[in-house]
Amino acid sequence: MTVVDLQRVPSSAPQTNGKVVNNFSFVVATANGTGSQTSNNTLIRTLFKMGIPVNGKNLFPSNIKGEPTWYYMRLSKDGYLAHRPVAEVLVAFNERTFAQDVAKLPPGGVLIYPIDDTDARAPKWNVQTIKRDDIYIYRMPVDTLMNQLPEKPNPSIREYLANMVYVGVMAYLFNIDMDGIRDALSYHFGGKEKLINLNFGLVQMSYDWAAENLKKEDPYVCEPMEGTFPEGTLLTDGNSAGGLGAVFGGVQFVSWYPITPSSSLAESAQEYLGKYRVNEDGSHTYSVIQAEDELAAIGMAIGAGWAGARAMTGTSGPGISLMAEFVGLAYYAEIPVVIWDVQRVGPSTGLPTRTSQGDLLFAYTLGHGDTHHIVLLPKDPTECFEFGWRAFDYAEQFQTPVFVLSDLDIGMNMHITERFQYPDQPMNRGKVLDAKALSEFIEKHGKWGRYWDVDGDGIPYRTLPGTDHPMAAYFTRGTGHDEFAAYSEDAEVFERNLTRIARKFQTVRKSLPAPVLHSMDGASIGIISYGSNDPAIEETRDYLAAQDIKSDYLRIKALPLHADVEAFIQRFDRVYVVENNFDGQMTQIIRMELPHLAARLKKVCRLNGLPLDADWITEQIVKAEKES
Amino acid sequence: MGRTKTNALGLTKEDYKFRPSTLCPGCGHNSISNQIISVTFEESLDQTHIIKMSGIGCSSKSPAYFLGRSHAFNAVHGRMPSVTTGAVMANRTLRAISVSGDGDSGNIGLGQFKHVIRRNLPMVYIIENNGVYGLTKGQFSATADRGQKTKYAGYNELPAVDLCIEALAANATFVARSFSGDAKQVQAILKAALAHNGTAVVDIISPCVTFNDLDTSTKSYHWGKNHREILNEIGFIQSQEEIAVEYEPGTAQPVQMHDGSWIVLKKLGADHDPTDRVSAFRVLHEAQERQEIVTGIIYIDPSRPTLVETEHLPETPLVHLPETQIRPAPSVLEQALQGMFAF
Repeated sequence: MTVVDLQRVPSSAPQTNGKVVNNFSFVVATANGTGSQTSNNTLIRTLFKMGIPVNGKNLFPSNIKGEPTWYYMRLSKDGYLAHRPVAEVLVAFNERTFAQDVAKLPPGGVLIYPIDDTDARAPKWNVQTIKRDDIYIYRMPVDTLMNQLPEKPNPSIREYLANMVYVGVMAYLFNIDMDGIRDALSYHFGGKEKLINLNFGLVQMSYDWAAENLKKEDPYVCEPMEGTFPEGTLLTDGNSAGGLGAVFGGVQFVSWYPITPSSSLAESAQEYLGKYRVNEDGSHTYSVIQAEDELAAIGMAIGAGWAGARAMTGTSGPGISLMAEFVGLAYYAEIPVVIWDVQRVGPSTGLPTRTSQGDLLFAYTLGHGDTHHIVLLPKDPTECFEFGWRAFDYAEQFQTPVFVLSDLDIGMNMHITERFQYPDQPMNRGKVLDAKALSEFIEKHGKWGRYWDVDGDGIPYRTLPGTDHPMAAYFTRGTGHDEFAAYSEDAEVFERNLTRIARKFQTVRKSLPAPVLHSMDGASIGIISYGSNDPAIEETRDYLAAQDIKSDYLRIKALPLHADVEAFIQRFDRVYVVENNFDGQMTQIIRMELPHLAARLKKVCRLNGLPLDADWITEQIVKAEKES
Repeated sequence: MGRTKTNALGLTKEDYKFRPSTLCPGCGHNSISNQIISVTFEESLDQTHIIKMSGIGCSSKSPAYFLGRSHAFNAVHGRMPSVTTGAVMANRTLRAISVSGDGDSGNIGLGQFKHVIRRNLPMVYIIENNGVYGLTKGQFSATADRGQKTKYAGYNELPAVDLCIEALAANATFVARSFSGDAKQVQAILKAALAHNGTAVVDIISPCVTFNDLDTSTKSYHWGKNHREILNEIGFIQSQEEIAVEYEPGTAQPVQMHDGSWIVLKKLGADHDPTDRVSAFRVLHEAQERQEIVTGIIYIDPSRPTLVETEHLPETPLVHLPETQIRPAPSVLEQALQGMFAF
C-alpha cells in the first residue's frame, strides 16, 4: 500500500538509513473525560527521561466528557520546544474525529487505530471509508487485549484503562523505553503497586502483542539522547510552579474563584501550603479562601494586603474583567496585592480552554481613570516559580497591584524547564512603619502622612491596622485624598497625588527585571516578544538565519517598559513584535510609550487558540522582509 | 470645674470621635455614629485594634465621623465584606466595625453580604437601612416597601428584601434589628454585637430625612402611630465566656421622632427565644406581613465556628509571623523538587 515520500516529511535534519530519529510529532486523538491524560503524561515523561527534547500540548474542549481532545507531543533532537501543528504519527482513538484526523496526516505519516478483533481491518466504529494510500497503518485490537487481562477490570475504569493499549503499541513501534514507562506510571500513581501493575500489565501485554503481530514499516523512531538537559531539569506545568513559588514568597493569603485555566494555580498553592506551611499544632501560617466570585476574591486579597499580609488571587480573563474596579482602588489607594492572570482566549467567554496573550493591554491599564500596573511576563514554569515569590516583593516595595501574566500554554501544559532556584534575596516588605518606627518618623519629619513622599521616590510609608500608636491610623479610600489620607476634592491636591504616583512608576521602571537579549552576529532585524512565545522565537531565528536573515531578539519580562527596550529598537530599522493576540497589544504599548520609534515596529500577531509556531512566524517575517 | 470623664484606657469620649458629619442634618446615620462612639468609649475599646470598614453610599461615609484612631477602609460599592474578610484573616486581633447601607448590602452587595455571613467572619456588620439611595438622589433600594412612594422615585412595585431574613437564611449567628432613634437599644445591641464571636448583623432602620419621608414607608418618620408596639429593654451582661441577653416582655410604645412623626417598632418579648432559628424566621415573617418592624436581638448562635477557626489560623496573627515561618527553608524546596518529575 504505502507510498513513502521522505522529502515530504517535514524535517530539516538529514536522515540516516531511512530513519527519522527524535524529529517528528505524535498526536493522540481521544474524547475528553476518557482518561487519556494518564497515558499521554506517561508517554511525555518517558520521552523526557530518554533525554529527548519533547513538548506536550493538550488541546482540550470546554467540556467534562465526550468532546474531542488532541494531545500533541513534538520530539525535537535540535531542542525546539515550540508547538508544531503538524503530527506525523496519529493515534486515532476518537470515533467522531477519525475522518478529519486521518485526512490531516501528512503523506508518509502513520495511523494507529483500534479494531474490534485481531483480524479486522475496519476501525471498531462505524465510520465512513477513508482512502489514504500514502500512509502507514497499524491496527490495535483493544477490546481483545483488554479481555485478556488476568483480572477483569472494573467497568468504571475500563475505558480509561484502554488508553494503556496505545502506550504499549507505541512503545514497540517507536522504541519508547519500557522501563521508563514503568517509572512514569509509578510516579503518576504515587508508588501504589496495585495501580502501577494493573496499568503497566496492560502496557506490557500490548507491547508483546505488537511485537508479535505488527511489522514496523514506518521510519519514525525514538532513541535515547545523552547530555540534552542537566540533571535536575524538571518536566512540569506553570501553575504548579507558580503555586510553589508563592509558597516560597511567603504568601499568607490566597483568595480565588475557579476558572480555567487558572484553577490549578490556586489549588497547587493550597496543596503546597498544606504540606509546608502547617504548624506542629495543626494551625496554618496562611489562609486560602475559595470566594463566591472574582469580585470577592480580589476584595479579600486587597483587604489582606492592606492589613499587611502577602496576598494573591489567581484568575483568567473574565475574572480580570470583574476585578477591574477593585484593582483601580488598590492602585489609587496604594495597596499591595498579587494577581495572576493565566490567560485564555477572549473576547468574552471566547475559547475558554485555549491559550492567548490577549489580556496584556487590559491588565496593564486595568481600572477606570489613568491607571497602569506592574506586569510580569514569565516564559515558562521556571519563571512562574521565580515570579511566584518575587511578585510579592514588588507589590510590597511599590505598594501597588502586581500582575503575573501567564497563559494556558505555560500554566497547564507540561514543559521541560530549568530547576527552580531558591529566592536569592530576603523578602522586601517595603516601607512599613511599626509603632516605634512611626514615632521616629514623626520625630524626624514632624508628622507622618500615608501618602506623603519624603524620600522623593514617589513611595510613601504605610502603617498597618493594629499598630499600637495613637497616630498610626489613616483612612483608606478610593476617593480623592491628600498626603494625609484626608478626603479632598481640591484640584491641586488631586493633581499632585497623581504626579507623585507617576513618579513612583519611574522608580518601578528602573527596578523591574530587564529584558533578555539574544544576539546573533550581523543581525539586520530585531525581534521583540515575551512569555510563552520564547521557544517559537528561538526556532524562528534559526530558520531565518538559514535564509540569511539574521536577528537579535529581546524578550520583555515586565511592564512598564525597561529603558533597554528603547535602546534595542533604536538599533534596527525593522523590529518585529511577535505575540499571541489579534491586535498586537505589545506593539500598541510600545508605540504608546515610545511614539518616536513607532514606525520601526512591525506586528506579527495572530490568535487562533494555539501556541505560536515557528513556521508561521518565519513565513510572516520572510514575507515582510521581502516587501521591505 | 468638673473633671472630664475618662474610661479604663484613660481616654475621654472626645478621643473616640473623628471628623464632623457631612450627612444631612437629622440623618439617622449620625445617631448611629454617636452610639458607636458611646459604646466603644464605655467599653474602653482599644481603637488601634478596631478597623472601620465600609462600602459606598451615605452610610459608608460615616466611618469618617467616629473613632479617629482606628484604621478605616472605604471600599467599593457592595464589597466591604470581602475586604473585611481579607483584613481579619490577615490579622485576627482586629475587631471590625463595618458600616453598610441597604443599597450596599441589599442590592449590589447582597452576594457578599450573604457569603460573609455564611463564613461567619468575626465582624460587626451594621446596615444603616433607609430604603433609598441618598447620594444618587432618592432611588428605591431593595429594602423599600412594596407600594411605597417617594417624592423622586415614584411608586415601588416590588416586594422588599428583608436583610434579617436573608441573614438568617445564610445561617447567621447573630441577627438584630433596631431603630436609629432608639439610642438605648442601639447601644445595647452594639455591645452584644461587639462581644459576639462571628458575624453580627445589626440592621438599623435609619430614616432618610431627605428622600424617604413619606407616610407610606416603614422606614419613614411618619409610619407608625397606629402600628406601634412597646419595646423591651435589652440588658447586656458580658461574662468571660458567653453573652447573656435579658428580655423583658414586650410592650408597645410609640417612638416620636424629632419632626413629630412616628415609627412602628415591635420589640421582642419574653416569648421569643433568640436561640430558636425557626421562631426567628416566624417573628420576622409575621412582622413583615403586618408591616411592622421587630427590634431586638432576633437570633443568636454563639456555637458555630468562625472563619478564624475553619481556616485554622494560629494565635499569632498571620501578619506578625516572621519570615522564617512564612518562607520555608531551602531544604523544603529540595523536598518539593524531589516530588516533581525531574531528569
